[in-house]
Amino acid sequence: MNRIHKLFENKKDRVLSIYFTAGFPKLEDTLPIMEAIQAGGADIIEVGVPYSDPVADGPTIQDSNMIALENGISLKKIFEQLAGFRDKIHIPVVLMGYLNPIMQYGMEAFCKKCQEVGVDGLILPDLPMQQYIDDYKELFEKYGLVNTFLISPQTSEKRIREIDENTSGFIYMVSSHSITGAKAGISEEQISYFDRVKALNLKNPKLIGFGISDSETFTTASNYSNGAIIGSAFIKVVKDSKNLSEDIQRYIQSVVN
Amino acid sequence: MNEQQMIKVDEKGFYGKFGGAYIPEMLHPNVEELRENYESIMASKEFQDEFRGLLKDYVGRPTPLYFASRLSEKYGAKIYLKREDLCHTGAHKVNNTIGQIILAKKLGKKRIIAETGAGQHGVATATVCALMGMDCTIYMGEIDIARQHPNVERMKILGAQVVPATSGSKTLKDATNEAMRAWINNPVDTHYIIGSVVGPHPYPEMVARFQSVISEEIKWQLKEKEGTENPDLVIACVGGGSNAAGAFYHYYNTPGVRLVAAEAGGLGVNSGKTAATTAKGTPGILHGSKTILMQTEDGQVVEPHSISAGLDYPGIGPVHAHLFDVGRGEFVAVEDKDAMAAGIELSRLEGIIPAIESAHAIYALNLIEYSKDDVIVINLSGRGDKDLDTYIKWGKY
Ligand SMILES: Cc1ncc(COP(=O)(O)O)c(C=O)c1O
Repeated sequence: MNRIHKLFENKKDRVLSIYFTAGFPKLEDTLPIMEAIQAGGADIIEVGVPYSDPVADGPTIQDSNMIALENGISLKKIFEQLAGFRDKIHIPVVLMGYLNPIMQYGMEAFCKKCQEVGVDGLILPDLPMQQYIDDYKELFEKYGLVNTFLISPQTSEKRIREIDENTSGFIYMVSSHSITGAKAGISEEQISYFDRVKALNLKNPKLIGFGISDSETFTTASNYSNGAIIGSAFIKVVKDSKNLSEDIQRYIQSVVN
Repeated sequence: MNEQQMIKVDEKGFYGKFGGAYIPEMLHPNVEELRENYESIMASKEFQDEFRGLLKDYVGRPTPLYFASRLSEKYGAKIYLKREDLCHTGAHKVNNTIGQIILAKKLGKKRIIAETGAGQHGVATATVCALMGMDCTIYMGEIDIARQHPNVERMKILGAQVVPATSGSKTLKDATNEAMRAWINNPVDTHYIIGSVVGPHPYPEMVARFQSVISEEIKWQLKEKEGTENPDLVIACVGGGSNAAGAFYHYYNTPGVRLVAAEAGGLGVNSGKTAATTAKGTPGILHGSKTILMQTEDGQVVEPHSISAGLDYPGIGPVHAHLFDVGRGEFVAVEDKDAMAAGIELSRLEGIIPAIESAHAIYALNLIEYSKDDVIVINLSGRGDKDLDTYIKWGKY
């Protein structure tokens, strides 16, 4: 059974997923960061595959992508770094990245490699649902990969239901109409969107992301969904850290407790 | 020509293998709204009356199809120049911005955003926003802001806000990223006017249709002058490819008309400083469509180089990727130095100082075969006023 399915079978509430950029701040930090995320008590690790043109991302993640690329990261290198990570990491791991680097690697070779190293799922923000159904769904299923789609406050109910139909892991609820980047607090307008989606009773679990940064925003998000995703705020912790393992664990504990 | 070989967009936004809409879900509602409505709006009499009226009285269309006799003599063919340089604001870009702003109004949008490289599309957008009294924000790479300063001031005089794109390589590609991000952040009241035949479906086809007025006019103008609608060759420069798409549009499926696309060779296609996309690029995804782009083996987009900011783009529109792929288009790469020489040559022979982008199309005459009786139409996409600094720095005249 896929680790993502297993996770949500056992845990319906306050699921925490942490996004980080592979190869940042230093090229070889990828695996140590994953270990620290697990040790800190997060439930899912999202490994960001850097790209030169991340259109859905704000300045924090853009910068981490640029630095990681300057450090010499590539998809090939990420797979080298991930080889054998299942000896140490037992929680679900998802790769998140834009389509172009994956296309250049070769979609089937990529899926195969994901399965080989022990990746459980994918989040490809610029892979639209229809393209996924037409071109990639079979491939993902063949290699046991769970695909996650995004929805936003602008997504119609009809489309949310279609996305729910074509998702088998969790749905990534983008918290507001915005690119990634930690903002302060969660507004009334966002709450009414969370309520609206909650009332749809979707079959998939939902994690709320974009703008989640601390215990308070994590708790609010969890009240309306199965948990939340932290990206930019985590990247900031990593960026300024002198002791990665310690700082990461302390930060994650401060969010979940 | 069978159905398969026809150059046209399918219902999913593909030209053969290229096109589509590879966008984050956050942009889906906007792009879908446009896709669902653009055809019916564009087909309405109300839209057409306003669009045609403004093209005539505001832009100054039809633009002349001018027989360039001294250029013809020099090159040994009958060469006509399609004078898009005489459009209001100095380039073909305004054909598209007029169309899109009327469309935006019909969709009930209140704000306009756009990207720009050289500043020509930014100026054309700021112009129509002033005309329609709409709020306007232009994203422009920090480096381009420095090298195209007069156009930055033009946009400001016209009332637009110019926002520097400071991410990545700080040029057109990053300005486009910033504009897309701005659209994600303002999805409801804002329309994004893309400046070329790039981006997610329906942009490439929509922009091409607005620009297709160029070949629509060439057809009847050439009929008057030569007794035939069809030239032997049409030549245009390709950055993203909007002036070329406009000049080729009504000839896509007329096999006797050769379509020649001049890309920016920069310092040479193998110099590492080039924007010759079809020569150096491979299939991939850029700014929402599958196309040909310059990238590393790992799929990171490579920074292009061209002396003309308008051609300094690492991709091409999907329709051009398709024209290249099926061999319908002939693609040549024109180096910086040759484009500059051609710009000066045209100035001396015809008294027309072209935009450096357009000078690439002029130089293409030296890179292709044709015969003495051939009728050649070169799309002169813009005038050289904006490039005076570059001409002056270049010297050699
Ligand atoms: C005069 C002129 N020609 C050509 C271009 C290139 O754009 P496209 O390839 O979309 O026609 C530009 C872009 O700024 C331009 O200003």
